[in-house]
Amino acid sequence: MSGIESSFFDIGTMDTISRQDTLVHRMDPRIKVLTTLVFIVCVVSFGKHDISALVPFLIYPLFLVVLGDLPVRYLSRKVALAAPFAILIGIFNPLLDQELLLQVGPVGLSGGWVSFFSILLRFTMTVGAALILIATTGYNGVCMALEKMGVPQVFVVQLLFLYRYLFVLVDEASRMVRARSLRSFEGKGMGMRVFGSMGGHLLLRTMDRAQRIHLAMLCRGFDGNIRPFHPLRVRGWEVMYLLGWSALFVFMRFYNVPRLLGTLIQRFLS
Amino acid sequence: MHMADALISPAVGGTLWAGAAGLIAYSSKKVKQDMDDRRIPLMGVLGAFIFAAQMINFTIPGTGSSGHLGGGMILAILLGPAAAFLTLASVLTVQALFFADGGLLSLGCNIFNLGFFPCFVAYPLVYKPIVQGNPSQRRIAIGAVLSAVLGLQLGALGVVLETFSSGISDLPFATFLLLMQPIHLAIGIVEGLVTAAVVVFVWKARPEILEGTCVSSPAKASSLGRVLAALIIAAAVTGGVISWFASTRPDGLEWSISRSGGKGEVEPPKKTFYGWLAGLQEKTAFLPDYGFRESKKGESSGDAWPAVDPGTSLSGLLGGTLTLITLVLIGVLLKRRKKHHVRH
Repeated sequence: MSGIESSFFDIGTMDTISRQDTLVHRMDPRIKVLTTLVFIVCVVSFGKHDISALVPFLIYPLFLVVLGDLPVRYLSRKVALAAPFAILIGIFNPLLDQELLLQVGPVGLSGGWVSFFSILLRFTMTVGAALILIATTGYNGVCMALEKMGVPQVFVVQLLFLYRYLFVLVDEASRMVRARSLRSFEGKGMGMRVFGSMGGHLLLRTMDRAQRIHLAMLCRGFDGNIRPFHPLRVRGWEVMYLLGWSALFVFMRFYNVPRLLGTLIQRFLS
Repeated sequence: MHMADALISPAVGGTLWAGAAGLIAYSSKKVKQDMDDRRIPLMGVLGAFIFAAQMINFTIPGTGSSGHLGGGMILAILLGPAAAFLTLASVLTVQALFFADGGLLSLGCNIFNLGFFPCFVAYPLVYKPIVQGNPSQRRIAIGAVLSAVLGLQLGALGVVLETFSSGISDLPFATFLLLMQPIHLAIGIVEGLVTAAVVVFVWKARPEILEGTCVSSPAKASSLGRVLAALIIAAAVTGGVISWFASTRPDGLEWSISRSGGKGEVEPPKKTFYGWLAGLQEKTAFLPDYGFRESKKGESSGDAWPAVDPGTSLSGLLGGTLTLITLVLIGVLLKRRKKHHVRH
């Protein structure tokens, strides 16, 4: 319970981080969304036994973390919190695929372990990229970018509304949870029956709130559109940023940079 | 049961993204057609309600563990399929962006597994026929449990199919299926009971709220056609996924033979995105005398890590370490330069 509660406070933290004023934060949200998508598709398209070729891709999150002044420890804790599912599914690979794939001196590494580490690496990078996108762009920015890129307006308005009322309702629910735990002893009253009426009450209050919101919105002339305060504009260098990164990602997708480097070194040494 | 980016291939992710995008467009159009202004803030607030309700957990009798609401069926019951689908999709988007529940590429999979099945399959095919006309406490309870179970079973099946056809996990299909379905049967029953408890509470306190969706009957004639259209889209999408899957593993027998023959992976066919990339990679490889290309030709298996020979593995390790060091150096330099900048 406290875990979920604190992760909601985290939303606030992410919001604060995304309001910084750095070069990365000032960029047009569309550019950042597209670059992130190219990055994720390239990372995910690798074969399941690739590790070394994936390593150079770390440059993108690293670049953004440094230029965007993002808190590394905070972000990595968030990534780690989400890891269990990927680990749960991936951990079967070492058991199922025991063919020897890599031999360094006396230590052999089976294909399963290699693919397990590959899963972990790509998990870290894809999840990290998504979190970094929010941390540098902000939720509203991402929504505006989506709208400009052709996502139906009804859905974008839905996304904005959801976020706006998340904080209010989460506060309300946490007050209910606290009240219940103060009144329940030895686990009494924590069952599904009480949940039914609590959830029902919360739902009724939610719907009343929606009605009040709707009236208030009508009073202020709401017509189904949400207008951004700052119109979005893509500048020339931002297009170059997108193209540059995409070219690099595609290059690193096709050429295993570390292996080329390693071969060069070996050739140089011998 | 959120899918993660790390476990899916771009082909699977892309296909389901396309499917989810189509459904979002369809639902948006439908919601707009209804032109009920009140729906818009209601959808937004109910999406936030799902998050809030997930904070209230409860003990599950007999197990000692605790659970919380998933929410797909409640939304469908309160809002009807199209609006509920949009709301669920927005909830999943926020989860992907802020909580790293799922990822951006797998968002399509998640919207499909957790949104499409409860809203467009379980609700119209199970809940509605049971409850429509004369709702009673028992009917609502039975409808909610059955539809929640069906929705989650289909969702779990979706996860299994998507993971398996991506081929990143080594879990055999049957094992994974046996792992997922029973767990989600239990989850579905609990979810159904909780959904029923909340819906019955609302129905008793304010029956008019539910009237908008499942109890009223006049506008029903045309909605069946729409549901059918959605099902056809779904069939086309799933068909696309399955045919893709079939083209990766052309023949179950062939596949098992190559598996038991100890050759490791089958060659990825050129039709798939990965095969296409691999083909392009082979064509454009500069420095063709650098180990990996030759070993690729020599072996029958065209895996992306063809390097069983220790030489190339070593060069990979060496280069990997070096790349990592370079990256850290770049980071430190960037940081230092930036601090310098700020001081000025």
